[in-house]
Amino acid sequence: MKKAIVYIKLKDGVLDPQGKTIALAMGNMGYDEFRSVRSGRFFELECEDRSDLEKRIDEVCRRLLANPVVENYQVEMLS
Amino acid sequence: MKFGVVTFPGSNCDYDSYAATKFVIGCETEFLWHKSEDLAGSDAIILPGGFSYGDYLRSGAIARFSPIMKAVEKFARSGGIVIGICNGFQVLVEAGLLPGALLRNSHLRFSCKYVYLKVERTDTVFTGECRADRVLKIPIAHGDGNYYNFQGELDDLEKNNQVLFRYANRTGQVLPEANPNGSVGNIAGILNREGNVLGMMPHPERAVENILGSSDGQAIFRSIVAHFNSKPAAV
Repeated sequence: MKKAIVYIKLKDGVLDPQGKTIALAMGNMGYDEFRSVRSGRFFELECEDRSDLEKRIDEVCRRLLANPVVENYQVEMLS
Repeated sequence: MKFGVVTFPGSNCDYDSYAATKFVIGCETEFLWHKSEDLAGSDAIILPGGFSYGDYLRSGAIARFSPIMKAVEKFARSGGIVIGICNGFQVLVEAGLLPGALLRNSHLRFSCKYVYLKVERTDTVFTGECRADRVLKIPIAHGDGNYYNFQGELDDLEKNNQVLFRYANRTGQVLPEANPNGSVGNIAGILNREGNVLGMMPHPERAVENILGSSDGQAIFRSIVAHFNSKPAAV
């Protein structure tokens, strides 16, 4: 088994109201040093190993896990 | 003509859509189950509002891969009439049948209220029965209705006159204060380039009788019927 971690983040320039609201709350709590927060999500995938695994992960990221119109993704392979 | 109303797990406006086209407009209407790949001879497909698959991952992202969507995509790409309302609009953008994306409302709240829509064109399948200066009073009910697209594609939408509805005030002026969710260009509904697929966040099926607060939504369904009836019968 291999493990892949997929990080999804809104592209730069796409408004992230959730991140903005979190940043606001942090400011209200006295954490003034955090200038901005961008929110995102991650997925842990447990995968059977195969020769084209990275290609398959990339494909499923594009087709399902991320919306390429507004999101970028990044894959980290753990062995 | 016959309407087909798709039911995904989590759809909740399928019965309203069914009632609108069947009982108010008076057309044959059939529910289409998400696991089917058969459109049952429908002449127009409605993808209704709701929370298909619990809005998991992103609104519409899972429903877009359901079996019925294979048939709907094929139907749409061959010129069939498809209207996606609210969650249905989200499914259409996820499926790539319409450009752009629907993000979380800029104020982060679920918005449920009447809005006014400026009708940008009256020469389309969906608005042929609207007067040129028509403003439609139709409710919205969504959390992810913030239409987004990057500048290049947005320019294309405008250039090709694909924006059909914009949030406006009562007199049809498109103003920032009339924008309920942060959508770019106050966009409430768009067409595909060919003009046979419409996605809109407001719910015309909830505004088909005066007792509901407005009957302006009828214009959209009546336009589809008028368009269909004006076509020469298929041989």
